[in-house]
Amino acid sequence: MKNKKTEQAFWGYLLIMPVFLGLMIFYIIPFFQNFYFSFTEIGIFGGSTWVGLDNYKKIFVDKEFWQSLKNTFKYVIIAVPLGISISTVLAVLLNTKIKFKGLFRTIYFLPVIAMASASGAVWKWIYNKDFGILNFCLSFFGFEHISWLNNPTTSLYAVVVVMIWMKIGYNMIILLAGLQSIPKSLYEAAKIDGASEIRQFFFITLPLLTPSLFFVGIMTLISTFQVFDIIYMMVNKYSIAINESTSVVSLFYRYAFEFNEKGYASALAAILFFIIIMITLLQFHIKKKWVHE
Amino acid sequence: MNKKIGKFMIYFTLICGGILSTTPFVWMLVTSLKTMGESTQIPPTMFPSKVMWNNYVEVFKLLPFGKYFINTLLSTLIMVIGQLVFCSMAGYAFARLQFWGKKKIFLVFLTILMVPGQIYLIPQYLIIQKLGLLNSLTALFLPGLFSAFGTFLLKQFFETIPRELEEAAIIDGCNPFQIYWRVMLPLIKPALITLAILTALYGWNSLMWPLIVNTSASKMTLSAGLASLAGQRTTNIPIMMAGSLVAMAPMLIFFIIFQKNFIEGIASTGSKG
Repeated sequence: MKNKKTEQAFWGYLLIMPVFLGLMIFYIIPFFQNFYFSFTEIGIFGGSTWVGLDNYKKIFVDKEFWQSLKNTFKYVIIAVPLGISISTVLAVLLNTKIKFKGLFRTIYFLPVIAMASASGAVWKWIYNKDFGILNFCLSFFGFEHISWLNNPTTSLYAVVVVMIWMKIGYNMIILLAGLQSIPKSLYEAAKIDGASEIRQFFFITLPLLTPSLFFVGIMTLISTFQVFDIIYMMVNKYSIAINESTSVVSLFYRYAFEFNEKGYASALAAILFFIIIMITLLQFHIKKKWVHE
Repeated sequence: MNKKIGKFMIYFTLICGGILSTTPFVWMLVTSLKTMGESTQIPPTMFPSKVMWNNYVEVFKLLPFGKYFINTLLSTLIMVIGQLVFCSMAGYAFARLQFWGKKKIFLVFLTILMVPGQIYLIPQYLIIQKLGLLNSLTALFLPGLFSAFGTFLLKQFFETIPRELEEAAIIDGCNPFQIYWRVMLPLIKPALITLAILTALYGWNSLMWPLIVNTSASKMTLSAGLASLAGQRTTNIPIMMAGSLVAMAPMLIFFIIFQKNFIEGIASTGSKG
């Protein structure tokens, strides 16, 4: 018996060893290292000197940082509710008795599969001031040509549209699975009681979909806070709208790997970490108030 | 009558949505077949007057696109295989074997899932730099071989498998590794496919990591290569679009073949989250 126990433990440790070491070296130790780095200045070859709270102090008075934080919150505040509402509507419609269900699902899923750099490239072309198809279409309605991505007032909104477009399929699939798990008997009972379809939606569908909505909400929230790829692809470094569309992660990237101020960038990452953790915890805290158990 | 209008509205909305979600890809294809001159023509043409298949050849001449292709394919493939092997081993151990400290170690793994990825990037970059692996194929996949998410996903799946199935093997005197390899692994095939798909999607499309570790032109991936092409001041748009399509094509084909698995896989991560 004792032999069996040690045998199990032996295999247990052996089987988790690769993942354990890999996660230790590339994730767990780096997690703490990043906090240490945020109090240092890092040279090109990785040597670091302690500077105390200097990086954080600098960030606190850095206008660019506050602007990027504001932009990031704007991305979140627009993309999360709008994206999830659209996905919910589509999922509900796809859950009705219709033809070509699979085809629609596939089509909506395409932007999820697509490489962000490829999507970014084509959207940049669609948004082009002189030759873009968007301005061409809008010109029929008498709109002036706008340089969507190079205009400080429009660039953020142009980017957010693409962000929503990229996420709809993913959210829709998860919500659809949530809808399909609602027992049919509930609707039958409601029908016998004479509840209209709209009442059924608000009193059965929506409450029972809240766990899926919560999951999708958290996932979209976290990924939107970390948006980088499409901004990098669509808004050129030299664009006059760069400040108005930069996210915190874009700023992190520039400091870490373009300006080579890795200590400052580590502090940015640490701040982003705290913001995301706080908001996620807040979400879990208010979960009880609206999510059906 | 009312029902008919309802049905019509449903189809109408779904079709409009479908058009909006596919238009960018259609436009990518149309533009990729135009000459540079025609791509900037106003009004834009829907069908290229001269179909420029040559753009697809040009993109391979303009950039080492073939190399990008191989780099992306190899690094994605290695990442997928690595995660399948390592995560299934660990997932099985966490689900079935008893050993001291198991719960605590698993909890540490779970917290990794909560942390935004940027926090690891600078230390990871410095590790790769210290190992002298900047601008190498290894740099592209090394940190991606290990996944807390994959371990979690597979552990959950291993737990759903009835214990009776292992008992025969235990009586036969199989050791835990033999049980894992011969009995359990074939049983969790759907979960392995899900993990493979999610990892492939991540590996193929990711941008920031390849962008920072591999800056030399011959070691880039497709997505980083596209980014460098887009960053040039004068971009030949049709060639850029051709490159984008070529870069996306393998994933699209993969998706169309394994559609059902993709969609079920994504849906299952939602219900288990």
